[in-house]
Amino acid sequence: MGLKRDASQDDIKRAHRKLARKYHPDVSKEPDAEAKFKEASEAYEVLKDPEKRAAYDRLGPNLKAGQEFHPPPNWDSGFEFRGGGFTGAGVFSDFFEELFGRRDYGAHATYSAQFNAPGQDHHAKVLVDLEDAFHGATRSINLQSPELDKHGQMRVTHHTLKVKIPKGIKEGQQIRLKGQGSPGMGQGVKGDLYLEIHFNPHPIYRVEGRDLHMQLPVAPWEVALGATVKTPTPDGRVDLKIPAGANSGSKLRLKGRGIPGKPTGDIYVTLSVVAPPADSKQAKALYKEMASMLAFNPRANMGV
Amino acid sequence: MSKQAVLTGIIVEETTVFTLGELSRACGKPAEWILALVEEGVIEPVGGDQSHWQFRGHCLRRVRIVQRLESDLGLNLAGAALALELLEEVEALRNRIAVLEQ
Repeated sequence: MGLKRDASQDDIKRAHRKLARKYHPDVSKEPDAEAKFKEASEAYEVLKDPEKRAAYDRLGPNLKAGQEFHPPPNWDSGFEFRGGGFTGAGVFSDFFEELFGRRDYGAHATYSAQFNAPGQDHHAKVLVDLEDAFHGATRSINLQSPELDKHGQMRVTHHTLKVKIPKGIKEGQQIRLKGQGSPGMGQGVKGDLYLEIHFNPHPIYRVEGRDLHMQLPVAPWEVALGATVKTPTPDGRVDLKIPAGANSGSKLRLKGRGIPGKPTGDIYVTLSVVAPPADSKQAKALYKEMASMLAFNPRANMGV
Repeated sequence: MSKQAVLTGIIVEETTVFTLGELSRACGKPAEWILALVEEGVIEPVGGDQSHWQFRGHCLRRVRIVQRLESDLGLNLAGAALALELLEEVEALRNRIAVLEQ
């Protein structure tokens, strides 16, 4: 948490609150926010408790002076949560558990046989490719989830689910998998698993709802004279008609080429004019001719 | 290697609706807590009196975010509701910037 070893309990609390707000996965958009938030929570878990802190301080000889507490970040998307928040999952990294022992949940594990209740619903975030939303796909999804073992202790178990990613899914939407949550108690039905879908960053497209936005490089004569050029879409190449007199920054819409659905999204293409390199005698001659023939001042409206 | 069954789920869409009980089970919180969220204006039920309340699919995401803000950052309901609104605004702005900066 970036604290000195002699930090007071108040300093620790303040540092933790600051970090928690900064890196809370709902608040921060940094790609490793979840890992950092988890790290800060683990560190705080240790340092807020004087006994645990003493145990940590005894590790001193093994640590270099000034070294901070760095639990191994083994966190990523694909972690299943039940109910609570990001800290409520009851699971800490192995390093943490080795240091302070596993939490014992044994006391809660004795329910009477007559008690019936539906199982808990689980939630997990999943990253898929944009293309999956266009064509639908079947993806193997690795999930870690905390489970009680037969000794009543929390353990992280890994399991893989094969899940159909339906065509037309949008960023942030949830897929509900019936009966994939916790087992019910007694006669209770199994809980559900909710997968929140997010797209991997795409090299060409930016996604906004069902619409896609992209930049398309074009040659100066293509915008000046108009042209029909090839442009990529997740569904394959299409011909795009550029009207004569378009320019860098002109926006064209490919209707109905976005993420399928009701209504199907559009693709917005922003043209970006690229000047051809003057790397040959001929190219240089053409540029010189343009310079002498065209009375063109691109800075005219700046008054210079 | 054994062939694993492919699971097919349903998309929780605007057209998907939850009852009060389903929504409360989906986030593992008591129905009273959901009622407090309705009072605060975080989510809006449709369909007349409480016993017939239905919540649209997008409510689940909002409810989950408020839930995490409460339990992870110690916000109270009003604070979490405000944070949620600001977060949604920030997200919309970030999206606009990303498109403009492309």
